[in-house]
Amino acid sequence: MIELKKVSMRSGAFSLNEVSFRVESGQYAVLMGKTGLGKSTILEAICGLRKVQAGSILVRGVDVTRWSPSDRQIGYVPQDLALFPTLSVREHLQFALRLRGASKAVMQQRTGELSQVLGLGALLDRNVQRLSGGEAQRVALGRALAARPAVLLLDEPLSALDQATRIEMHEWLCKVKVATGVTTLHVTHNSEEADALADLRLVLQNGRVSDSTQK
Amino acid sequence: MESQVQVAELRQRRYVDLPFFVVMGGLSASFVLLIVLLLAADIMFTSVQDFRDALMKPQIQAAFRLTLLSCTVAAIMSLWVATPLGYILSRYRFPGRWLVDTLVDIPIVLPPLVLGLSLLILFHLKFGDWELESWLRDTLGTPVTYQWRAVVLAQFSVACAFAVRTMRVTFDQIDPRCEDVARTLGCSRAQAFLQIALPQAWRGMLTAATLAWARSLGEFGPIMVFAGATQMRTEVLSTSVFLELSVGQLDSAVAVSLMMVIMAIFVLLLLRAFGARLHS
Repeated sequence: MIELKKVSMRSGAFSLNEVSFRVESGQYAVLMGKTGLGKSTILEAICGLRKVQAGSILVRGVDVTRWSPSDRQIGYVPQDLALFPTLSVREHLQFALRLRGASKAVMQQRTGELSQVLGLGALLDRNVQRLSGGEAQRVALGRALAARPAVLLLDEPLSALDQATRIEMHEWLCKVKVATGVTTLHVTHNSEEADALADLRLVLQNGRVSDSTQK
Repeated sequence: MESQVQVAELRQRRYVDLPFFVVMGGLSASFVLLIVLLLAADIMFTSVQDFRDALMKPQIQAAFRLTLLSCTVAAIMSLWVATPLGYILSRYRFPGRWLVDTLVDIPIVLPPLVLGLSLLILFHLKFGDWELESWLRDTLGTPVTYQWRAVVLAQFSVACAFAVRTMRVTFDQIDPRCEDVARTLGCSRAQAFLQIALPQAWRGMLTAATLAWARSLGEFGPIMVFAGATQMRTEVLSTSVFLELSVGQLDSAVAVSLMMVIMAIFVLLLLRAFGARLHS
């Protein structure tokens, strides 16, 4: 479960005022709004990468507003993916587990599961700088899901892809949704994406989430 | 008739960029030519025998060893300091950041003699009865002034500033989003730095170390003032040139200079190779 209670943020001329919404456990929520309204900022605040001036952020019912990003158990896929250029696909999938001191057997098992769900089996030993847009997107998704996060945050995951890759990636997202059932908040400005994926549709307008429609 | 005019115009246009290339090429060539002429003059002035004689002198051999050692230690120390400082200046906005940024550049713009003099004053300034040099000598048993340690410190003071600049640019070129994402995956800030930023910065670190080493090799003023030029003790190749000149041994001075040129070319070629790879 993700819940924002009257969260306010300010950065220069940009501000978000008393943003509140709630995504129930297992729900796939899509947050919509025009470009530049602060959708990505909300995701960064949930991750702990951006400070909030007021309000609270709850993950699984626990107030994590003052927690470090490393303690929040959040899987985050930023718009630019931010893959680690010096690591292979396999090392990306094992990164979060290695930090948690997982055994080699556990890491191998999880790598196998993720590569099967995301179709990364043939790419495991490849450096991420030699991947196509769709492949890189799936690696970023696998990296975020590896440690079984409490929630998954996706920042415009389909926006930078061509039409064919977008359709393919859309299918992967549906597959992940069914396979993991992880609570997801997906940010986009595309209403087709929202129609196809959302259990819950949120709309950001004038610095507030003013309208939400449940399926 | 019309087509003949067009052909003539096209022929003229072929040469429209010629003045540009002549001016740009001429100005560039003048500097390159100056360097080549300087090196050629040095080579023509000395002989293989002079070079061999200079190398056989025990004090020159000692200076060569101390130069290699002090430049290497100064480069390692510079990298050790420049990597965290470059990272902090690149990633964080904090009160007084502009001041730190400016202070770091001071050794670059300060006249070298002034830097040496400042080091000398720092180590011998009295605070009541306490003096840094006396404390180091009497308490820790490691005197600095006019010792080989002073050579390293003088070289480090200048070289580190160049290394910091290089490391800052290196970290500026590395996307901080990767470290942000690493933190959401469970990394502390230290882990994100060590596991994500540092592996991407290795070429920049090599460039910074090479640059610091090359800068240390050319250091003269601060070493003369702070470490002196005692033969077999604090003499490095740059001070050897001065010492040989001061006793009228011009052949020897030129031979040592050529030795430094060879070392500098080797290091700068390495720097260029790593720099090219960093930018690519």
